[in-house]
Amino acid sequence: MDPTASSNPSSNPSSKARADAAPSLIGQRVKKPDAPDKATGKTRYINDMVLPQMLIGKVLFAGRPHARIVRIDTTAARALPGVHAVLTGADAAGLKFGFVRDNVALKDRVRCEHDEVAAVAAESEDIAARALALIEVEYEDLPGVFTPEAGARDDAPQIHDNFPGNRSLRFEFKHGDLAAAEAGSDFIVDNVFRPHHVTHCCMGTSCAIADFDHNGKLTIWTQTQYPYNYKMDLAPALGIGPGDIRVIQPPVGGAFGSKLDVYPYEPIAALLAKKTGRPVKVLYTRGEEFKASPTRQAAIIHMRTGCTREGTLTFRSADVLLDNGAYTSWGPTIPVIMMRTTSGHYRVPVVDFKAQAIYTNNPYAGSFRGYGNVQTTWATAQQMDMLADLIGMEPLDFHLKNAQLSGEVTPQKSYLRECALVECLQTAAAASDYSRKRRAYAAARTQPGRFKKGIGLASSIHNAGGAKIHKSDGIGTILKVDDYARVTVITGASEIGQGIDAVITLIVAEELGVPTEHVTLVNNDSDIAPWDVGVHASRTTFIAGNGARRAALKAKAQILAGAEKLLGEPAAGLALRGGAVVRAQDGKEIIKLERLLRQMHFQAEPELVMVTDYYEPKSEPEGASHVSDHSAAYAHAVHVAEITVDTLTGEIKVDKVTVAQDVGRVINRMGLEGQIEGGLAIGLGYALSEDMRIEEGRLKNACFRDYKLITAPEMPPVEMHFIESMCAEGPYGAKGISELPTIVIAPAVANALANATGVRIFDPPMSPEKVARAIFEQGLPGASQPEAAARESATV
Amino acid sequence: MSPKTEIRFKLNGRELQLEVPVTMKTLDLLRERLGLTGTKYACGEGECGACTVQVDGKTVNSCLMYAVDLDGRELLTIEGLRTPQALHPVQQAFVDHGAVQCGFCMPGMIMQANYLIENQPGLTREQAKRGLEGNLCRCTGYTKVLDAVESVVQSKA
Repeated sequence: MDPTASSNPSSNPSSKARADAAPSLIGQRVKKPDAPDKATGKTRYINDMVLPQMLIGKVLFAGRPHARIVRIDTTAARALPGVHAVLTGADAAGLKFGFVRDNVALKDRVRCEHDEVAAVAAESEDIAARALALIEVEYEDLPGVFTPEAGARDDAPQIHDNFPGNRSLRFEFKHGDLAAAEAGSDFIVDNVFRPHHVTHCCMGTSCAIADFDHNGKLTIWTQTQYPYNYKMDLAPALGIGPGDIRVIQPPVGGAFGSKLDVYPYEPIAALLAKKTGRPVKVLYTRGEEFKASPTRQAAIIHMRTGCTREGTLTFRSADVLLDNGAYTSWGPTIPVIMMRTTSGHYRVPVVDFKAQAIYTNNPYAGSFRGYGNVQTTWATAQQMDMLADLIGMEPLDFHLKNAQLSGEVTPQKSYLRECALVECLQTAAAASDYSRKRRAYAAARTQPGRFKKGIGLASSIHNAGGAKIHKSDGIGTILKVDDYARVTVITGASEIGQGIDAVITLIVAEELGVPTEHVTLVNNDSDIAPWDVGVHASRTTFIAGNGARRAALKAKAQILAGAEKLLGEPAAGLALRGGAVVRAQDGKEIIKLERLLRQMHFQAEPELVMVTDYYEPKSEPEGASHVSDHSAAYAHAVHVAEITVDTLTGEIKVDKVTVAQDVGRVINRMGLEGQIEGGLAIGLGYALSEDMRIEEGRLKNACFRDYKLITAPEMPPVEMHFIESMCAEGPYGAKGISELPTIVIAPAVANALANATGVRIFDPPMSPEKVARAIFEQGLPGASQPEAAARESATV
Repeated sequence: MSPKTEIRFKLNGRELQLEVPVTMKTLDLLRERLGLTGTKYACGEGECGACTVQVDGKTVNSCLMYAVDLDGRELLTIEGLRTPQALHPVQQAFVDHGAVQCGFCMPGMIMQANYLIENQPGLTREQAKRGLEGNLCRCTGYTKVLDAVESVVQSKA
């Protein structure tokens, strides 16, 4: 079986309509246009950029979690030759920014270890570092708050004066009669899950370059993945208007959600640039990156799920406590998605969700691929597995019994127009021989032997057509075709490595019948490209793909009308193919496209082909009630993980992962595979090894030696099955795809661990230490103790 | 300022003679003095492989090697792998197999992959995994990287 086969490649409606046509590009393997320059080292990332007169900015971090600044003396630093400016909290006073305006670029009081207390601009990094060492700061340490439970106590130290009780954001959603549903449940599972702190580890560390012109306009070169709202968020940190900011996005070394907000180093670069009148670059070292960039939101999830003896879900409740950290970025807003999973992961008739974020003196969280859903699915997907065992039902049957079908609407009004959950479950289970292996491995648990095999299945649901959490979820596109039939697409869609460049060139080439190499993207300058909400919420292929296609279709209509006018051939019978205008019926070439374009241009009534489009998806604003069809599409994925557990060391080896994902329709097959493999790797790191060790607010493992990413030998083979549900609203039927791979894998491994050993871990990562300890404490049902296993292994 | 010393070495096939501070790392010499920014900084501690270059035919983390130690040696960077006309076959394979997403780790990854392919005839996928263990990538999950390496090995067989 072709491991990457689409489930129904023949159900492609446009290919039927184009029976005459040249082979379609949709679903083909298209190379990323920027790959050759990246592979040869030619690409100039923001980290590589040097501007004339550029100064280097460096930040002094507090290095303590909670303190008053008694005195700060920058005299010696200012006097160091080569130093151009030294800024402290006084220079940013009153310039509050952030989701709830609780942050400033430079602090006059310390609330977390990486609080920025001063910044220097100097001729070189070396001089800037020496200047930082000359800044004298006297601190008065304050008692800190290091867990949300501690922060919620009445006598807890207050972290922000205007957030009494350390209360940050709160969310609630209720649907149905919980007490009645509980009473009507034959089985209830009740667990506390503790998803932990991890961080993005972009290979390119955080970087910003800022420069003001003499009209007071700021140009900022940044890694941002949301260039337009970024202006709105950056402006208050500088005391200027959003309209006075130009955002340029050079190539970046990864983002994964970490650049979906403004973080202090960006306004610091701008404040230094304003002070010195010169461009200033701030670039983090890896150690700074670990300490000062956002984390994934940590949470304490008390989840309960009930069902009947027959296996019908009765309710799901979640009481969530979030460690807000010192400031509020996107992290504490994850309940917006957590509640969608709580209410929408399988058919849940009664839902009770509440979440409270509590300020602590810990690092604070931003958005991270799988936003909120990684944490929630960790809980829901394990409880599904646990309930199936409690009832004594085959898990696959239990999943199928509660799986939604096309046309169903969740309690929060997510409308599952094209729902392929059943097909995903059946495909992944059949391809991996899941049910048989699960029974066999459970039976083998009682056999002697150090190494145990396990198989685990997990699924989830995620928005796959954006999420209308802003007033708009749309995108602007400008498209022009020049006299040589070269196409330029000016789009708001940001490229952060995910491959929207390949998707857009593919779509435009498909519609205009030109080679993909003849399509150029302009998408990195907010003064040129039109608005887009940003790369998040698995939205870009869906939203920007639709925008590009609509713009291309407008250009195509103009070109064919031009052909009709100049050549007398009815436009309705014409098509664009192979760089020419052809007769749709038999593909006969009428005129080369570039020749037609020149004729249209250089005639008595000249016209240029240039079109604009604004696409707004048919989704509803999230709203305060959280009852709305907030995405233009939803999708499911099912992962089956097969693992081997070393019961002596606790080490989990993932042998294979089988993925069945509703992708709507495959657009760029190569990019799709890459997104799933890469998303899985991030999810596996979360599941197995990545762990920020934060003790009393201090990060203890700020390096790759101690913070373990998945490496090549640990990456399992991935068998992928793309389920094509043909989303009516998506481009060619496509849905967004990139977050589900990160969301689903961890609980699939957890369920496999339970299958192999009977042990469940509720607080990731499932590190060897935790797994070995759990096996040691609980013992393998019927299996030998680790000491005995060790003796056995010696004789193997 | 730290004292300087003169070194003479071959950079991507051409002789070069220059004065460098004795504390300067090869990575900084490449990026800051010579404008060869294809070699990336991502950790500065020899833990990620993004700065991998070849010295006298062996791959090293250029962030750990002092520039003065280049004296009398041959240094190959990602910029020297291709010819002016064409990508090196390993580079081309990475492009063709979709191994490049954000691409930041790829110069180092390609240098290491090329070293493995050149020095281990009939390199297996398992051997390639082990050989690339020191090169971190956050985008790809390594699968397409290994596909690319395999394709080059097969084309040589």
